[in-house]
Amino acid sequence: MSVFPFSIETRTRRTRFSAIIPPLIAVCTTIVASIIILTSLDVSPSRALYYLYIAPMATRFNFAEVILKMAPLLLIAQGLAIGFRARIWNIGAEGQLIMGAIGGSLLPIWFNDSGNILMLPAMVVVGAIFGMAWAAIAAVLRVRMNANEILVTLMLNSIALQVLYYLISGPLRDPFGFNFPQSALFPDVAMLPILLANTRANISIFFAVLVTLLAWFFMQRSFPGYRLQVGGSAPDAARYAGFGEKQAIWVSLLVGGTCAGIAGVFEVAGPLGQLQRVVTPGYGFAAIIVAFLGGLNALGILAAAFFMALIYVGGDIAQTSAKVPYSVNTILQGVLLVSYIASRVFSDYRVRLRKPAYNRQERV
Amino acid sequence: MDTLTFLLSGTLLAATPLLIAALGELVTEKSGVLNLSIEGMMALGAVTGFIVATASGSYWLALLAGGVAAAALAAVFGFVVLVTLGNQVASGIAVGILGIGLSGLIGRPYESSTIAPMHELPIPFLSNVPVIGPGLFDHVALVYCAPLLAVATWWLLRSTKVGLVIRAVGEAPEAAHAIGYNVVLVRFCAVLYGGFCAGIAGAFISIASATLWSDGIIAGRGWIVVALVVFGTWRSGRVAIGAYLFGMTTLAGLLVQSTGIAIPSQVLTSVPYIVTIIAIAMLSMDPQRIRLNAPVSLGQIYHEAK
Amino acid sequence: MKQATESRRGDPLLVISDLTKRFGEFTANDGISLELEPGEIHAILGENGAGKSTLMKMIYGVLKPDSGTLKWRGKPVILHNPAHARALGIGMVFQHFSLFESLTVAENISLAIPETVKLLRSRIAEVSTRYGLPVDPDALVHKLAMGQRQRVEITRCLLQEPQLIIMDEPTSVLPPSAVPILFETIRKLAASGCAVLFISHKLEEIRSLCHKATVMRAGRIVATVDPAVESSASLAKLMIGRDIPHPSRSAAKPSDVPALSLHNLTLAPDDPFGTRLDDISLQVRPGEIVGIAGVSGNGQRELAAVLSGEQPLPAKQNGSVRLFGGDCGHSDCGHRRAQGMAFVPEDRNGRGSVAEMTLEQNALLTGYARNLVAYGFVRNAAVSKFAQDCIHEMDVRCSGGDAEARSLSGGNLQKFIVGRELALKPKILVASQPTWGVDIGAASAIRQRLVDLRDEGVAILIISDELEELVEIADRVHALFRGSLSPSIERGDVTDELIGSYMAGNFSPEKLSVEVSGP
Repeated sequence: MSVFPFSIETRTRRTRFSAIIPPLIAVCTTIVASIIILTSLDVSPSRALYYLYIAPMATRFNFAEVILKMAPLLLIAQGLAIGFRARIWNIGAEGQLIMGAIGGSLLPIWFNDSGNILMLPAMVVVGAIFGMAWAAIAAVLRVRMNANEILVTLMLNSIALQVLYYLISGPLRDPFGFNFPQSALFPDVAMLPILLANTRANISIFFAVLVTLLAWFFMQRSFPGYRLQVGGSAPDAARYAGFGEKQAIWVSLLVGGTCAGIAGVFEVAGPLGQLQRVVTPGYGFAAIIVAFLGGLNALGILAAAFFMALIYVGGDIAQTSAKVPYSVNTILQGVLLVSYIASRVFSDYRVRLRKPAYNRQERV
Repeated sequence: MDTLTFLLSGTLLAATPLLIAALGELVTEKSGVLNLSIEGMMALGAVTGFIVATASGSYWLALLAGGVAAAALAAVFGFVVLVTLGNQVASGIAVGILGIGLSGLIGRPYESSTIAPMHELPIPFLSNVPVIGPGLFDHVALVYCAPLLAVATWWLLRSTKVGLVIRAVGEAPEAAHAIGYNVVLVRFCAVLYGGFCAGIAGAFISIASATLWSDGIIAGRGWIVVALVVFGTWRSGRVAIGAYLFGMTTLAGLLVQSTGIAIPSQVLTSVPYIVTIIAIAMLSMDPQRIRLNAPVSLGQIYHEAK
Repeated sequence: MKQATESRRGDPLLVISDLTKRFGEFTANDGISLELEPGEIHAILGENGAGKSTLMKMIYGVLKPDSGTLKWRGKPVILHNPAHARALGIGMVFQHFSLFESLTVAENISLAIPETVKLLRSRIAEVSTRYGLPVDPDALVHKLAMGQRQRVEITRCLLQEPQLIIMDEPTSVLPPSAVPILFETIRKLAASGCAVLFISHKLEEIRSLCHKATVMRAGRIVATVDPAVESSASLAKLMIGRDIPHPSRSAAKPSDVPALSLHNLTLAPDDPFGTRLDDISLQVRPGEIVGIAGVSGNGQRELAAVLSGEQPLPAKQNGSVRLFGGDCGHSDCGHRRAQGMAFVPEDRNGRGSVAEMTLEQNALLTGYARNLVAYGFVRNAAVSKFAQDCIHEMDVRCSGGDAEARSLSGGNLQKFIVGRELALKPKILVASQPTWGVDIGAASAIRQRLVDLRDEGVAILIISDELEELVEIADRVHALFRGSLSPSIERGDVTDELIGSYMAGNFSPEKLSVEVSGP
């Protein structure tokens, strides 16, 4: 590493200040990157800034969209972060979300004319179980057969998508829907109450914030949360202390799957109102970024989810207003996470300019 | 075309990019770095190759360009994990997303356009053998190169000084540093090489097998590549066997359909993923096997005190 | 490297002036100056943490000094990296070997020497015979015993035709019987004109082998002496700077019922590079300290893992590990702790503690059973107090309970871990290398606490590489050799010869090997 004019030393004491440097650098880098990319697409820098970061907050409707998209990101990211703290890499939130959406759709499709007010809670429960069960496949394979959970959860994403395609083109397809691959529209009792009139924002954000608080208590105050963190930081220490690894794998994957499953229910019971081919614009992957960007800390994730939702809505606005392709969104997500990880070096280590020690000595 | 001919030919076409990328990833992982951004690198290679082939008409140049573009992305990955000491799992996902986004943006003007397939290089005499000839010996040169690359990788890692250094760095980076090797440099080169291979594999897909560009064309193959290395327990020969077996499963669906049995297409599409999960689970059951072959420091951050 | 022969005896080979190295605020080496002549065997003597390793790493180019100069054969040099040092003719044999377990001996050596594996084979054979270091070039390193691995390291070093060899605690991996053979090799080397820097804290070794000794303490040189005219006591005084109390102990009064016992334990390792435990039977009674001696790598790690529960046993091994007579082979660490067991693990970083967690969080790691958790929530105030108690009890030098474990020096962290395990008020204590890397004063404090604990009726098992430590505090000593346990020797009957021959396997004839007893 001697080609670089700096040295990296282990930091033994963290300051309050150092923890917020990486996300700040990441956000700034992303903003700069977005200006560069949009300028290359013939959008002036000021317009680019406006579309992506100002417009989403400029109107009531747009802001409500930010809230709407923030809820699933926040919910999933909280679930994932708990697992990531334990170094259990659940990359399958996308698939777990799809399965949750499928599970949550069963009741309103089967009882399409129901007026039972318990419909929505029941949907959440079924969706949570579906998401959890999908993640449980990876947990069983890891615990019993030592199969790498990254690869298994990823493969399960692809399979979940095919399950969805199969169901909406067959068993769950709307019989009066002109053969479109989608389910019947949900009854009113299956829909989440709207938060702001004439917008799409619904009460799922409250649920996500509640989960945030629970996650914070779990990781900061509870003994099981502590055990998970030990397992992630030092697996040998966890084994020495008698904290079972299997338990950590189960908790991590099931919590992540449950949160993703509920997020899936909220999509179909919220903005979609039915089961469709596309139930998620990549929330499962974006939530991974949110979890890291938030420093795997429950409160940090709250801020990170907001910023990610902002980019989502800003990207949509740029797409409709200036024909900016959707890929730009993906790039910005990538830039956000890459720059965050790279700048973590400033908070986890002390980066010092390399001093020419020998030269100084010779002068003496 | 004869069913068997179709099966052989299709298997080779499907397996070739997987094998090339997996052999690159194998070298990267042997040096101790887990690169999960293969999907993004293959996508970038695919789009770059497609554009260069369209513009220049030279398919070999296109393959090279695909490799170089992906290697450039690999350099970003290498910087993040080796210099700024980022977590390898998170960094791989991040750079992968970046690659997919970049390929989508760069390839937008070419979305869904097609290209004449790369020229085949029939092997004299052999290609005239009925059934097997057109199945195995009437392909683009890269199809024949892939198994040779497997042999070369095996030889490189087993019998050469370079391979020895890569394995040493992957097993005990502190010890390698202590006897004077530049661990970061060796790993960086291995990451670049893995990226280069992934780029060529991606370009192969866009200009030789699919012969078109569309966003999302890699369709999860990058992850299959990572799975293949685990499946092959870090050995070139087994990785190659895995790649060809996997290539076959992707065709199984088409074969079943051709027999007229009514199986939903979604089930058939899922088969390769299900097979992958089962294969990984079965192979991971014996911890000894993994520990004997897996690079000891795989995925760990290496930080040397100065 | 041909120039070696031209160098006249008397001209210094290496001159170090005023070398200083800091790690953050800690000064590891402070103004070190040293001269070395060809053919000289020069001891660097000091206790753990005195700065010996830092100095050697600077001479070998692993670390860069903050200030000071090195003169090699009369010319000032700046060592960029170990390869540079090697090119100049400086070689090093590490304490923790820099060998690659999955590679063969010849492959390992070829990594350091620019020659093909084929050519190397004959050169290895030639150097091996010349210096009495038999090694099989085609053996896989993970199959070799520690002593053999050291030979590989030394051979690798010699093949580079060095004029200076640095040896970092080379005898720590050898059974006593193999030490004279190593010394013979070193003397042959010196006779051929090669200088040797011999790092050790074992005084008798230095007195019998070295021409000159530089004594370091707390990063500085306190004296340069002729070890032959010094006594071990005077060297010890120089090294430590004060007198060290030896633990006071009375005769053990163990009760008859064993607290911890192993019955014919046989276990194949999970790790293909591990050691198989072979028919081990052992008893530890309340009120006695049982020691397990042996050169590291003979199954200590595996045995400790079985005892602690980190390695649960398969069902067919039922009954082979017993706590107070009850079978516990299948129960994990948590269950064993609940029954009154405590462990001091061999690795304090990453096993005994979590580096990036605070001492308070690390106190919770095993202290949780001492009423630190209520209804699933951590009682922060109680944790804080528990951590403070551990810190006070063992006199841990740190900035407080909120200091991260990695900010502590190795010795202080070890004291904290020992303190934490003692605060669990165990009935059985298993300690692996309890004083490894701890300075002598602290080590003697830890030993005294262990003896006191014994007198309170605790059953104690100590696994240690340091024979002196076991001789000092154990009531009975076993030796571990290739996964087999020797019969125990009562305290009064322990002699260096007897325990040494047990450590070399002279209790189980079928396991005896020419390799370890040497040529």
